[in-house]
Amino acid sequence: MTILIDKKTRILVQGITGREGYFHTQAMLEYGSSVVAGTTPGKGGQESEGLPVFDSVIEAKEQFPELNASIIFVPARFAADAATEAVDAGIKVVTVITEHIPIHDEMRFIELARRQGSYVVGPNTPGIISPGQCKLGIMPAHVFTPGRIGLISRSGTLTYEVAASLTDAGFGQSTAIGLGGDPIVGMSFVDALKLFEEDKETDATVLIGEIGGSAEEEAAIYIKENISKPVIAYIAGRTAPKGKRMGHAGAIVSGKTGTADGKIKTLRKAGAIVIDRPIDVDEALQKIL
Amino acid sequence: MRLFEYEAKEAFRQVGLPLSPSGLATTAEEAAKIAKELGGPVVIKAQVLAGGRGKAGGIKFADTPDDAKSVAEELLQMTIHEHPVHRVLVEQRLEIQQEIYLGITIDRSQRRPVAICSAMGGVDIEQVAEAHPEKITRFWVDPILGLRDFEARNIAKNAGFEGKAMIQVADMLLRLWQVFIRNDAELTEINPLIVTTKGEYIAADARLNVDDNSLFRHKTLAERVSSGISEQTELEQIAQKAGMTYVELEGNIGIIGNGAGLVMATMDAVKYYGGAPANFLDVGGGATAERMSQALGIVLSHPDVEAVFINILGGITRCDEIAQGIVDAQPKLPRKVPIVIRMIGTREKEGAAILEAANIPFLDSMDTAAKRVVNFVSEVDSA
Repeated sequence: MTILIDKKTRILVQGITGREGYFHTQAMLEYGSSVVAGTTPGKGGQESEGLPVFDSVIEAKEQFPELNASIIFVPARFAADAATEAVDAGIKVVTVITEHIPIHDEMRFIELARRQGSYVVGPNTPGIISPGQCKLGIMPAHVFTPGRIGLISRSGTLTYEVAASLTDAGFGQSTAIGLGGDPIVGMSFVDALKLFEEDKETDATVLIGEIGGSAEEEAAIYIKENISKPVIAYIAGRTAPKGKRMGHAGAIVSGKTGTADGKIKTLRKAGAIVIDRPIDVDEALQKIL
Repeated sequence: MRLFEYEAKEAFRQVGLPLSPSGLATTAEEAAKIAKELGGPVVIKAQVLAGGRGKAGGIKFADTPDDAKSVAEELLQMTIHEHPVHRVLVEQRLEIQQEIYLGITIDRSQRRPVAICSAMGGVDIEQVAEAHPEKITRFWVDPILGLRDFEARNIAKNAGFEGKAMIQVADMLLRLWQVFIRNDAELTEINPLIVTTKGEYIAADARLNVDDNSLFRHKTLAERVSSGISEQTELEQIAQKAGMTYVELEGNIGIIGNGAGLVMATMDAVKYYGGAPANFLDVGGGATAERMSQALGIVLSHPDVEAVFINILGGITRCDEIAQGIVDAQPKLPRKVPIVIRMIGTREKEGAAILEAANIPFLDSMDTAAKRVVNFVSEVDSA
């Protein structure tokens, strides 16, 4: 088993005729993901590399009721509308790749998803991959391999770094999720930890956090109270100064909150193993598994 | 982006928030003229994009137009937290009975706006929040429904306002909500909202931070940003125009990588081995050779940089583009320093061939590379 996506996932690509949408649809298909259809308003009725293109999500859903996941490659100013449309049509896993979406728009569609019982992954995420089964994202697939470690991260390339370390050391992954680098994202560490705890084929979870916000601190509280499986954590940004945004809109230490040291201490107290370098993930897992 | 006080006040004015009569001046003479028109004592405030302005001496009082002139002269020569003062706001001085705090910001963990109200406003609001958390009322607003009238009244009541005062404070909060929504604010604040001895409510200070990602909906602000007036340093602005993120730090090892998380981890690795990063530079996803070459130029413009660490994990980014960028940059670099490259991922072999042909060494482990770059710098320092 895996979490969120597996062999049965049927994918809708929103913005399929755009450059990014087109390129990553090909990459997902090559990986073996079941991409079924796409949308681009105004291009309904056309085809994109053999896949039907619809004007709306609801039309795609009528034709393909099995659609249960979507991935959004729509430009920032239209992406919130696309996410809202997917949630409204009852898509259960909505992955928002788009970066630079206005935060007010994000708050609204994330709230809508919460009410409708859909998961929003992202925005500004590399997506989700259940190695060997389904890739719903833009990550380079070759660094991932099937296995029993869950991976949750706020960053893209850093996820690949840790996944590569895991794969090199012989630890495959059940599912790897990029939560996204924005200050506001749909799925949180807590949501993902909960799913990995319930997943019988995940033995341990690796959590990759960074400075800014309090998502890691909330994860720590949840780990202490609800998680029985081992958690290994890495926090990026120990050297980041206060008040400077480190690339991700969400990665900023403001006042006393959001520092790497604070997150590390809280996670250690909650029983997580916190590693100093991504490469140490191997040794940490060897010790506990 | 953070707005100047006078810009924030313009946004306040548009929703009918009451303000003190005022004028904006760029010279001491203008300030004196405004003070004369306003009549009576004034307060003169430096317009800078930095916090802690009052405590840094950026707010001064003047009783006469002559006073106003000399005070403005002084302020216009000041630099507050590295921001030179180009403008001052001259406002009628108020007789204060009470200072109230009103603010709306975004709570990341709740993923909702949070409205904040306190009857103990003023410069020490942060200490109040720490010492007397019960004096601060918070309310999380449903982002779909928005702040409703009765909710605003309840917030005011919970903050200790009753009768007419409750209605007044609720009205101010609802107007502030309009500012928040209309301007795609990350934060908007009235601190203090003053109740004068005559019982009038006046927004004495105004803060408004607008979400950079929403600037396509706010053309005037977007124009101000592109005209170069911002909180960023010159190099930070050059990087941003080129689609990269650059943040200046205090060490001597230049850092370039792809992806914010990876760049932070790279900085941390340098620190782990005893080095000090001079900057954060994320070339972004899918960087071209041209962008990579520009990135090296930017990092080396920082005079403290003694060595550079380039850490690339190719996903969307292609190693051959990166390698080409490094090679292209060589003849243009302002000075020669050791450059340590770690490069793996998409089109790694092609990238390797390009670097090898140019006799530029590279590594495949981030850790080894971090150790090496730190060694280079300590050799330079001990030589």
